[in-house]
Amino acid sequence: MAVPTIVRERTPQLIVLVVILALNAIISPGFFSIEIQNDRLYGSLIDVLNRGAPVTLLAIGMTLVIATKGIDLSVGAVMAIVGAVAASLITSGYSLPATLAGSLFVGLACGLWNGALVALLDIQPIIATLILMVAGRGIAQLITEGVILTFNDKPELIFVGSGSFLSLPMPVIIWVVVAILAILVVRRSALGLLIEAIGVNRRASTLSGVNSRVILLAVYAVSGLCAAVAGVIAAADIKGADANNAGLWLEMDAILAVVIGGTSLLGGRFSLVGSLMGAMIIQSLNTGILLAGFPPEFNLIIKAVIILIILIVQSPASQAAMAGFRTNRHTVAVKTENREHAAR
Amino acid sequence: MANAQPLLSVRGVSKAFLGVSALENVDFTLQAGEVHALLGENGAGKSTLIKIITGAYRRDEGEVLLEGTPIHPRDVVDAQKLGIGTVYQEVNLLTNLTVAENLFLGRQPKRFGLTDVREMNRRSKAILDTYGLDIDVTAPLANFSVAIQQVVAIARAVDISGKVLVLDEPTASLDAHEVEMLFAVVRQLRARGMGIIFISHFLDQVYEIADSITVLRNGRLIDTVPVAGLDRLKLVSMMLGRQLEADIKRTIDPNTAQSEPLVSLRGLGKRGNIDPLDLDIRQGEVVGIAGLLGSGRTETAQLVFGIERADSGTISVAGTPVNMSSPRKAIAQGFAFCPEDRKTDGIVGDLSVRENIIFALQAQRGWMRPLSRSEQEALADRYIAALDIRTSDREKPIKFLSGGNQQKVLLARWLATNPRFLILDEPTRGIDVGAHAEIIRLIIDLCERGMALLVISSELGELVGYSSRIIVLRDRKMVSELTGDEISTDHIMKAIASHDATGEAA
Repeated sequence: MAVPTIVRERTPQLIVLVVILALNAIISPGFFSIEIQNDRLYGSLIDVLNRGAPVTLLAIGMTLVIATKGIDLSVGAVMAIVGAVAASLITSGYSLPATLAGSLFVGLACGLWNGALVALLDIQPIIATLILMVAGRGIAQLITEGVILTFNDKPELIFVGSGSFLSLPMPVIIWVVVAILAILVVRRSALGLLIEAIGVNRRASTLSGVNSRVILLAVYAVSGLCAAVAGVIAAADIKGADANNAGLWLEMDAILAVVIGGTSLLGGRFSLVGSLMGAMIIQSLNTGILLAGFPPEFNLIIKAVIILIILIVQSPASQAAMAGFRTNRHTVAVKTENREHAAR
Repeated sequence: MANAQPLLSVRGVSKAFLGVSALENVDFTLQAGEVHALLGENGAGKSTLIKIITGAYRRDEGEVLLEGTPIHPRDVVDAQKLGIGTVYQEVNLLTNLTVAENLFLGRQPKRFGLTDVREMNRRSKAILDTYGLDIDVTAPLANFSVAIQQVVAIARAVDISGKVLVLDEPTASLDAHEVEMLFAVVRQLRARGMGIIFISHFLDQVYEIADSITVLRNGRLIDTVPVAGLDRLKLVSMMLGRQLEADIKRTIDPNTAQSEPLVSLRGLGKRGNIDPLDLDIRQGEVVGIAGLLGSGRTETAQLVFGIERADSGTISVAGTPVNMSSPRKAIAQGFAFCPEDRKTDGIVGDLSVRENIIFALQAQRGWMRPLSRSEQEALADRYIAALDIRTSDREKPIKFLSGGNQQKVLLARWLATNPRFLILDEPTRGIDVGAHAEIIRLIIDLCERGMALLVISSELGELVGYSSRIIVLRDRKMVSELTGDEISTDHIMKAIASHDATGEAA
């Protein structure tokens, strides 16, 4: 019963995703072919799922933050910090569990820092998280001591980025598990409602007894954790921590994924499923542009144009136009209903 | 009327939304030099009619004549050009701009392609002078009270339009003195020969200012009558379509006065908000707070509910001192608070009626213990039925409900938490007459079932009706406590007015 509602509510995103995938298939005929080599699935579609892991993970945390009427600009920088932490821990001889625990802890701490600025000091989220966005890459460089810290000899950490399990690439498994966990926790508990309420009207929520500060702290902490997971995957993928480029501009892709997914930057109602679809739309776009073999200087412009088209289609103005078209038919239905009513 | 051509004449206008009729075959005639009140419960069709006159909606049928000429305003700007201006309850000006900029926004006098600030200020000053308003037109509008902002809004509307002025609940957030100031302006405009359409929930004000009244009900015209000699009960029954029950005066059980207080305030105060005061509230008792706007009424409620922190005094619940440093702590003690400003402090606009009803209970249970969907629906349906909340659907976003129904949802939100002590700040402000009576009945009913209530209201008549005791605040001080036979509007007025030489009214 829940599935049809989700599908119905996310129809625009679904249509966009299908159209872009279809375009990809036209550009590169083998796009939908999937084959198994060495017990692992390969193909462009799997590649979209795999490469999309960092943006998808960031979009999960970003959705919750945006639902509270906030924004987290620091996630790309947090990825760089966490990548540096992971690389330096594993190269210093710590075990994989210790490395992962340390990395996640650092991500959590970054998130709590943002949350404290927003929830306790009432600094505007865009400014509060800008601080860590600017400082983050500097912190990451301090940790790696200015070099790209590689760990070619640490297969256990590399496995997180390029290994596979049940024939699926590890990053795919990780983001799917995180997404399912997040959706379950948010929708099975009352957290989703409380987050939406804070986004719509924080004062009224506080006056009704919601512990708004704790919930704000928590959503930024979750965003930091998601960025940490993404950071570990990104570092493991290239077998090293690149303080300057890891997660660069990904906060923008994550915000875009959330907006394409149908969550308003004004806060309130949010959809994690929508954001996941938004992330997939962005990744399909990236992959498609690469497959098309355009000169690289066009890539960003093509991406921008396509995203502009998506946003125009989703804009309130065009939604209203479509709704107007729909209500015209609806009016007729209501009128007939009324007549029946009157007849009774 | 037989005298010359009417200024504005609406003939047989109808309007339907999605096939549901909002206005059916309504006539309305406004003479020049007349203040014409438009009355009706929420949903009667007042705002639809106004929006048709001001061009915000297109009519389905009928005609609108301005000075005998049929008009078809395409939008609000078009209507303004034709001579029909509107001023809304929430002043729709830009408070960060200067008074002069607000008056001339979008039509600034130009000199060499740039705004001629000196000319604009000079003309602004001249315009406001005609209203007897001598203020610094170069100061930001935000520096002035809402009443002055209203007058500026009116001045702008009159200056642009100049024939018909629509005032949509202009007095809702003004105190008595400010209302007088506004009415002086309205009378002056009437004398100049403008036609003024006045919409208000305050019947006293309608009697004071209006020359004639048109009553709408369920989208239909009930009648247009001159105000002079109109019986008040008859007017209310025209609006409601039924005879209003006689005023309810609650009988007070003498035993309650002896019982232990549930909530005791001792020396509770906060500098700049409210001077320290003592107050006991017992179960089965309604304590009323009377006073002018700004007298410290809301501030008192905010201290008790932990929204503001007191800097002196204590709050005890059932004899035990408690720390009241946040609304959560107050709620944990069984307190509940319906705020005055429903929009910013009460409703969570985008969420549904169901979510708004279960909201405080869910917040109290914590996020880990969600109410199941079926529990939520049962709770919502129960309160929608019990409080007669008019909504097409429990999943409708609450922002689409009328003020009275939003207020009932907020009451439901708190009743769902089963509180011991309920604080209501202006529970009947800005809501229609029908819901008004129901909320008063609910207050009495809750009290009789043993709840303790603290009610703040500007409507002294209703406060006198249900309060067991009334405290009167003036200039952030408690000046009087009325009990028993002392409870009357006369006594309250006297307490508010007594040796008033020192304080400012607002």
